[in-house]
Amino acid sequence: MNKLALKDEILLRVEKPARYIGNEVNAVVKDRKLVDVRIAMCFPDVYEIGMSHLGIQILYDMFNRFEDVWCERVYSPWVDLDKIMREENIPLFGLESQEPVKNMDFLAITIQYEMCYTNILQILDLSHIPLRAREREGQGKGWDVPIVIGGGPCVYNPEPIAEFFDLFYIGEGETRYRELLDLYKECRRKGESRREFLRKAAELPGMYVPMFYQVEYKEDGTIKGMEPTEEGIPKTIRKEVEMNLSDTYYPKKPVVPFIKVTQDRVVLEIQRGCIRGCRFCQAGQIYRPVRERDVDMLKEYAVEMLKNTGHEEISLSSLSSSDYSGLPELIDFLIEECGERKINISLPSLRIDAFSLDVMNKVQDIKKSSLTFAPEAGSQRLRNVINKGLTEEDILKGAGLAFEGGWTRVKLYFMLGLPTETEEDIREIGALSNKIAAVFYETVPKDRRVNGRVQIVASTSFFIPKPFTPFQWAPMCTKDEFLEKAYLTRSAIKEQLNQKSIKYNWHEADISVLEGVLARGDRQIADVIERAYRKGCIYDAWSEYFHNDAWMEAFEECGVDPDFYTIRERYAEETFPWDFLDCGVKKDFLKREWEKALAENVSPNCRAYCQGCGANQFGGGVCFENRKGSNGKDKRAE
Amino acid sequence: MKVRIKFAKSGAMRFIGHLDVMRFFQKAIRRAGIDVAYSEGFSPHQIMSFAAPLGVGLTSNGEYLDIEVRSHAGAEDMKRRLEAVMVEGMEILSVTALEEGTRNAMASVAAAEYSVRFRQGYAPDKGWEDRLLAFYDRPVLTVKKKTKKSEVEIDIKPYIYQLSVTGKGKDAVVHMLVNASSSGNIKPGLVMEAFLREDGKELSEFALEIRREDTFTDTGEDGNRKLVPLDAVGAGF
Repeated sequence: MNKLALKDEILLRVEKPARYIGNEVNAVVKDRKLVDVRIAMCFPDVYEIGMSHLGIQILYDMFNRFEDVWCERVYSPWVDLDKIMREENIPLFGLESQEPVKNMDFLAITIQYEMCYTNILQILDLSHIPLRAREREGQGKGWDVPIVIGGGPCVYNPEPIAEFFDLFYIGEGETRYRELLDLYKECRRKGESRREFLRKAAELPGMYVPMFYQVEYKEDGTIKGMEPTEEGIPKTIRKEVEMNLSDTYYPKKPVVPFIKVTQDRVVLEIQRGCIRGCRFCQAGQIYRPVRERDVDMLKEYAVEMLKNTGHEEISLSSLSSSDYSGLPELIDFLIEECGERKINISLPSLRIDAFSLDVMNKVQDIKKSSLTFAPEAGSQRLRNVINKGLTEEDILKGAGLAFEGGWTRVKLYFMLGLPTETEEDIREIGALSNKIAAVFYETVPKDRRVNGRVQIVASTSFFIPKPFTPFQWAPMCTKDEFLEKAYLTRSAIKEQLNQKSIKYNWHEADISVLEGVLARGDRQIADVIERAYRKGCIYDAWSEYFHNDAWMEAFEECGVDPDFYTIRERYAEETFPWDFLDCGVKKDFLKREWEKALAENVSPNCRAYCQGCGANQFGGGVCFENRKGSNGKDKRAE
Repeated sequence: MKVRIKFAKSGAMRFIGHLDVMRFFQKAIRRAGIDVAYSEGFSPHQIMSFAAPLGVGLTSNGEYLDIEVRSHAGAEDMKRRLEAVMVEGMEILSVTALEEGTRNAMASVAAAEYSVRFRQGYAPDKGWEDRLLAFYDRPVLTVKKKTKKSEVEIDIKPYIYQLSVTGKGKDAVVHMLVNASSSGNIKPGLVMEAFLREDGKELSEFALEIRREDTFTDTGEDGNRKLVPLDAVGAGF
């Protein structure tokens, strides 16, 4: 066994020492002398969150299948250990080897949400890696510290954190890492410098090396243009996509943590992308086109993964499971396979209808489970604006069926601050919640009501416009506007006849405002993030550690106005910081959708009628389902 | 059939707490493909009983758990299957069958043997080995024991069945056999703390390196104690 990086005295002093010792079932330990490339794969949040992330498990498995590569895991030390590591100058280490991250070739960081940005700086700092890419060349060839790579959904606007990264990998990791690692090995063998490697890497598809791009601003602070500073480097970087999800890397032996983590189960990703096209949703655009995994592959992996992990639960993962064409067949198989072995099946993101209720009835304890609807907006008008194809009739019908089946708990998710939202739209949240409660009392006779009444929990989050969505032009609300909307929602619910059956929760407004700045920020934001970090901000995603005052001071001290990024209305022709990226979906499509939104017009889903978003350039997936003809052109596209 | 599994816990695994060790075995038993019996009801769980919880930081050469199996291909096969799904620091030592009616692992525990070392730099003044033995020789050993509600004074002498020291200085090891039953569980740290207090010292939180050597059940009759390791009551199958 590798010697632990932390002394017993430290491990016995911190909360949950199991976060830092590695050695889990299916963790990969290789002989360091037999590998050429060492990668620290990092999720910049606490172990229990990071270990629950599927993307890292996929890449960890892929890298470790390469014989010449050893990939280890790194997570953010929790605040107790963070303090000790700083005091005692202990370098951050990989869990498998327990060796410093600094000694590795790559530090790859997955960036899943904006509120982890200060944790990225924590990781770099604790690893003893200079925060800015330009400070890493050091002496000689510049190989003193690992190449820092970023990936994940937040890299669709990498600009606020661009200066902290040597390289961003845009898109899905299955496709280009082998080439990148081969290039690295070649550069090292030839004795080339860090800069030379990055220079060549920037020519590979999907790779963005921020230091080789110069941004120019207009007088009003918006982007004038962005140009590569070196010959041969592309001006636009197209995302990478794995077009054959049924024959690619997927872990058969995912790592099994000792301590309970958020996602303590086998996760089977059944498809990528979403046909629905909700206009607020970034995932629904950047993961286009929808690609399904073959049902036979999923069956095989389900069996193998359950056997190799011993997990007692399996969960299907996708943005909208009901749209997966092989769902009935897969579920029948899982029910058969899992029933005998007492394995639970969890089915998130199912549309509530007769089919899903029947399935849930088979796999869940109705008394314990609750129904989830995400209408996102209270009124049909506003649901048309956001293109959420869920009608009041769908919801009431689904709820009625569910109540007949014995369910008594309903969760409802809404957003406040959506474009064009009026007071009336907000009041409708209360009205809809009330109608659902009324359906319960109409459907279930008194003597059959388990707890006497139905429990409805309505939750609202605040709408944050995201890059590469039709709402990327939309102004965001101020904190006060958000809070007013939350109070209005509360009073609208209180006015309802069935208000005693309805509970209302809302998110914190401060965090949403900051997330809005980071989501659509530019390179000016880097200084603010570093300043906030220097003031002690980490774990901003954890409300108990979020210090809004420190952030506001940081904006002030850096002379950056947060309102510029949030409440400002973007003009139609504005160049956005992320426009140099091509995620497949074209800007003119997004603009069309933005205009349709303002006109309250809906767009059909990808299967019903192609909207010509541009994702068919990848040559597969839903864009080419059931197509006849040799040119592969989408006949339904305009 | 009821099966008793004896295992050792060492290395990094000493930082895995009792509840997580239980979870580890639930998953390990599934990975091993053992035909374990489940409880009835809507959320069935494996029928499983652990002997004595081991504190975080301690290692052990004698941990036990009982499971109920519906079918099997012999003890050797089951041991091999379990060995194949362990991690470094978790070692299967024996797999034995229990007669119908045997008390489960948790209810069986009567005593545990520990070996205790001082971590480097934490040992008391020279000659502590003899002073410890002299301390143990006293007829009454009163200590303050914290309970959930208050602190009570108890005489722990009757709960310490044996105490000896082997080696000297930094190689010195304290061996103690103490009551570990639900009614009179004594932790080795409590004994050492009482001694050190007599010696004019406070027990520092990280001073001791403790290993449980084995866990025992009492097979004696008529009040005569006869301690045997928990797997001694099991048989091959």
